[in-house]
Amino acid sequence: MEALSALIFPILTLIRKELLAIFKDPANRIVLFAPAFVQTLLFGYAASFDLTNVPYAVLDQSHSAASSELLARLDGTGVFRREATLANANQIAQVIDKQRALMVIAIPADFAETLAAGRRAPVQLILDGRNSTTAGSASAYVASVVAAFNAGREGGQGLELVRRAWFNPNLESRWQIVPAMVATLSVLQTLLLAALSVAREREQGTFDQLLVTPLTPLQILVGKSVPSIVVGMLQSTIVLLISLFWFDIPMSGSVWLLYLGLLGFTGASVGIGMSLSSVALNMQQAMLYTFLIIMPLTLLSGLITPVRNMPEVLQVATYANPLRFGVDLVRRVYLEGAGLTDIYHDFIPMFVIAALTLPLAAWLFRHRLA
Amino acid sequence: MSLALDSHGARKGGHAPPIIVARDLVKTFEGPDGAPFDALKGISFEVAAGRLTALVGPDGAGKTTLMRMIAGLLRADGGGLQVLGHDAAQDAQEIQSRISYMPQRFGLYEDLSIQENLDLYADLHGVPANLRRERFARLLEMTDLARFTARPAGNLSGGMKQKLGLACTLVRVPDLLLLDEPSVGVDPLSRRDLWEIIEQMIAQEGLSVLVSTAYMDEAARCERVHVFNKGEQLAEGTPGELRARVAGLTYVAAPREGEPARDLQARLIDAPDRIVDAVPSGGEVHFIRRPECAADSLVDLLVGCEARSREEELEDAFMLLLRAHEEEGEPTAPDQGGEVALSSAGPERGQDGAPIIVVRDLVRRFGDFTAVASTSFDVRPGEIFGLLGPNGAGKTTTFRMLCGLLPASSGHLEVAGVNLRQTRANARRRIGYVAQKFSLYANLSVRENLEFFGGAYGLRGGTLRARVRAIEARFDLDPQAQSGNLPHGYKQRLAMAAGLLHGPRILFLDEPTSGIDPLARRAFWRTITQLSQEGVTIIVTTHFMEEAEYCDRIAIQDAGRLLALGTPRAVREEAGPRGQDMNSAFIAIVENARAQERTMPGGPESVA
Amino acid sequence: MSVPRSGFVQRLTALVRKEMRQMVRDRSNLLVGFLLPLALILLFGYGLSFDVRNAPVAVVIDTPSVAVREVVSGLEGSRYLAPRRVTTMAEAEHLLGDGSVDAIVHFPVDFARRYAAGSARVQIVLNGIDSVTASTLEAYLSGAISKALEHRGDRGEGALSGAGQVEIVQRVWFNETSNSTWYLVPGLVVLIMTLVGAFLTSLLVAREWERGTLESLFVTPVRPVEIVLAKLVPYILVGLVDLAMCLVAARVLFDVPIRGSLLAVLVSSTMYLIVSLLLGLWISGATRNQFAASQVALLTSFMPAMMLSGFVFDLRNVPIGVEIAAQIVPATHFMMLIKTLFLAGTDWAMVARSCAILGGYALLLTFLTRRTVRKRLD
Repeated sequence: MEALSALIFPILTLIRKELLAIFKDPANRIVLFAPAFVQTLLFGYAASFDLTNVPYAVLDQSHSAASSELLARLDGTGVFRREATLANANQIAQVIDKQRALMVIAIPADFAETLAAGRRAPVQLILDGRNSTTAGSASAYVASVVAAFNAGREGGQGLELVRRAWFNPNLESRWQIVPAMVATLSVLQTLLLAALSVAREREQGTFDQLLVTPLTPLQILVGKSVPSIVVGMLQSTIVLLISLFWFDIPMSGSVWLLYLGLLGFTGASVGIGMSLSSVALNMQQAMLYTFLIIMPLTLLSGLITPVRNMPEVLQVATYANPLRFGVDLVRRVYLEGAGLTDIYHDFIPMFVIAALTLPLAAWLFRHRLA
Repeated sequence: MSLALDSHGARKGGHAPPIIVARDLVKTFEGPDGAPFDALKGISFEVAAGRLTALVGPDGAGKTTLMRMIAGLLRADGGGLQVLGHDAAQDAQEIQSRISYMPQRFGLYEDLSIQENLDLYADLHGVPANLRRERFARLLEMTDLARFTARPAGNLSGGMKQKLGLACTLVRVPDLLLLDEPSVGVDPLSRRDLWEIIEQMIAQEGLSVLVSTAYMDEAARCERVHVFNKGEQLAEGTPGELRARVAGLTYVAAPREGEPARDLQARLIDAPDRIVDAVPSGGEVHFIRRPECAADSLVDLLVGCEARSREEELEDAFMLLLRAHEEEGEPTAPDQGGEVALSSAGPERGQDGAPIIVVRDLVRRFGDFTAVASTSFDVRPGEIFGLLGPNGAGKTTTFRMLCGLLPASSGHLEVAGVNLRQTRANARRRIGYVAQKFSLYANLSVRENLEFFGGAYGLRGGTLRARVRAIEARFDLDPQAQSGNLPHGYKQRLAMAAGLLHGPRILFLDEPTSGIDPLARRAFWRTITQLSQEGVTIIVTTHFMEEAEYCDRIAIQDAGRLLALGTPRAVREEAGPRGQDMNSAFIAIVENARAQERTMPGGPESVA
Repeated sequence: MSVPRSGFVQRLTALVRKEMRQMVRDRSNLLVGFLLPLALILLFGYGLSFDVRNAPVAVVIDTPSVAVREVVSGLEGSRYLAPRRVTTMAEAEHLLGDGSVDAIVHFPVDFARRYAAGSARVQIVLNGIDSVTASTLEAYLSGAISKALEHRGDRGEGALSGAGQVEIVQRVWFNETSNSTWYLVPGLVVLIMTLVGAFLTSLLVAREWERGTLESLFVTPVRPVEIVLAKLVPYILVGLVDLAMCLVAARVLFDVPIRGSLLAVLVSSTMYLIVSLLLGLWISGATRNQFAASQVALLTSFMPAMMLSGFVFDLRNVPIGVEIAAQIVPATHFMMLIKTLFLAGTDWAMVARSCAILGGYALLLTFLTRRTVRKRLD
């Protein structure tokens, strides 16, 4: 017992020192927590593929009751906002080119007659493809409005699609992005904090002072990792709270499992950061290296685009990316309510990464090539 | 050139017109605690052209602030400053185009080579190509850097960097040369080289030079000396005029047979009511009597030692001025001698005890470069052991191996009875380490730092608290103060305190007095000698050769080899007739060894 | 100015040479300056895609019929979908749960009967965790199903015919195949310019403060303007090399068209690059601390360029507050222009307007940078 506490106590001392060093600086307190707030809110609103206010233009050459009804349905969705009513086809290019309208609906002059004759009446939809994802969503929306129009017409019973979306009934992209940020938003600063913790001490000469104490590399490693993990978890908690109580995204799974996952994920990130830290010659390099790897980690995490859309090679490469498993784990626990048996496999790569990088970092403390 | 003479500062005995005229200069900074801090409290002085003028003073005297103001980098909060006839506040750029300035830490671009650094400054100063070739050749020859022109500045030793910095400021002949503590952290050999270059340039080009320094032997070379302390000018004059202030007060005393000089020195310096200053030198003790004390009042301090008068030096005058000025504000400085025992070693100090450090055939290589070649020595318990050598001699490498920070390539290394090659963690528990640079956590308070290091050494609970409080009291440290904001001398104390918390048997000190003024150095060595009396073994490296006199034994290293080992007296005698004082003995020994090596083909490769 | 102009040129050349050497000799600089942009180009070009291709879909048929078979073969004909037959709904839900399929299409028992009666009902179950994929998939599924049914109707075989129907004839301008690479790659130009500009340069002045090199440099005939200009030049070169990499990759690797004037692309990119560089230098000079500078640069330039500029997320969708924030970010204006130049062609009015905005930012930042880089230590 005595031996154990003699082992633990110096670690606690080191943790206390690290936390003091981080939080005594008022600038640090701001830099570590304010961005988490601001970014969560900003991205919660900005990072959306959902259409809410799509400007569109109309070229109605039919001027019939039928065309008016169709347009009224469009305007009634609340998704589309009529930006302009065009007089002739030449104006289409103008509104699209200048990005005044995302799409133009052109209704030909014989629209009402064709419809009345029981034939297919074509309506032209011109979309601005400069953001093809938005264009695709808008087109799907118009299609559903038109389907409803067709179904509502006399005799036109039509096809009824009954949609049921699991875990995200209204298919809001905010639900896709905000919970995933519980994992991703903290990773930059967690990595950076870990990377700088050793690099800063080396640059300021305090690392030698630390190495002449009886602390073993393992004790130093634990003492230096825990504060970064704590900061990472606190940032995650901020995002989680905003997600739950500001954006009202309901949580289906267990909070404990979520935090267990976050712990594994943050541990793996800190391991990467500590290894970088031991390789970098100074703080500047530690920062640049961190940034160099954080970009691919984020892009290949599935946060914004699905991992399945990536080429085979890259999909394999994502196994070395703790962020990919962090995002998957958080989404599944948060939205699906997955249990440990459903997601245990996400822990394996994270443990492997931590098990490789943390001992490597500890070894590098003393054996870095001079 | 327009000459603006101020009304009350008449030209004092100058044959040349003044190039710097300062009148009631005031500069206030915001102190670390938010309170205003007066760096300059109304300073007036003049500097004449074509002369070598020195600014001397301890840390915080305001030397660097003044230098930066003259260079147009800081603006005065009050008073006026004319440099080369320009107003320093209005025409900073005009001044900057005509002067050359070497800051305390010359900003060499470490990733550029020597040649590229020189080219850059020559281009910036607009030195024409035809003049450049001849000038570069001369500068490189004087600085002895010609062999390394392609080497990145970052790979140079401290002394070489400083010489390169000087060369960069001298790429053209400036109307005024400002040098801010050019020789801080530089070994005696490089220091001598630097001054030779400066004096050569003055002789050949009639340069006007203003230099700030903490070394009195350097100030003694100047034509005029201004003494500053805490933002005020205490005195000015030629070195001779200043020396005259201590005439008849300076003595030298030989200790009794068998008594180390430092014990006598300690006795003297502990009597500040009668003695202004005392330092060991050449096996004897130099001291200054207080003017108000009669010469015969010292008999009981000397206890049988005979004191003779000696010729006064500039340092004596400086110490007298400083002590007087310090005492104006507060009474005598608090005595650091506390009751707390700092070591668990106990007073087992015995010259014949088994050695506590054993070094046999120690070698360290970096690639194919041998930093330390087959070195052997012992250190006995309670000894003060000095490790001396020029920059890049391998003493830092040796030191780092002794502390267990760097594994040895081969050889035997035993510290406190533990073989360092096998169980380093165990040995670390018994040693304390004070790094060269202040290397505690600057944004933690004194107490937080001490508690951290105590905890790291395994102290806990009541033991830790008691120990931290005791050591704070002994070193007179304010527990709440933020470490990074402490004055330099107090940082040094804190670093010592942190190294001594766990009661180590051995204390390692790497260049502890580099960049510290004479007053703080005296206090520092007083603590060291006390520790030694308590039985702590002390290993110290230093650039101040006179400090070797405090050591029981010293070792001199150069190019990775051990050149001399023994008591300071033995080493001086080994140096022969040139070794009157430690500084000249050191230079003689290193130069002899280098000369021998040159005549001996196939010797070990030269060192960076 | 009493110093002749040649002094200016000589000093500037010397400083530029110095900056170039420093940049080239620090490996980490080159990694971020060249390797990271290359990695980003490849990642964005090959790795990231919002497009749904061959999405696995489970098809559950309660009662087989001819109509159902035709609809399923319609699904199979779509290049976006990869349907597979599954016997029970429970099994399909299991597949959806473990991520083996992205959607379930369920033809209920009464499909044939109701279809004959003129109203068909099909159930679609989606996994909403990835809502973007889910929405896209829903659109493809409904499109494919109704098309198959319409074909039957046209042949007079189904009941879903007769009454006049509105049919959408869709054309996507500028990006006919709706390929997300086409808009990600031009946006990447903005990201990389921001990266090289603001992030790399944010370290430059701060580093000289931290290493103490400015103090020696200040006491020379050098003017502050020269110090700032010299720092711009090497990174403009890096930025232009990166731009060339982007353009070549866009054309050669990803077949993204560059429909606008190359000159307009070059001019506007250089202008945006200068704005980023100045922003980085200003931050660097104002903070005098590398860590703080890099954090501020990331948060004020890179993050907004990524999230707020309309790079991925369309600005026409956001609340007004976010819209205003986006308009303040210089990247937003350049993003709109560069996407247009790549995909739509040269709209000179827009080029002029965007360049005027960027020029305004450049002037403002020059002024601010000039104020922070003074030859003073207090």
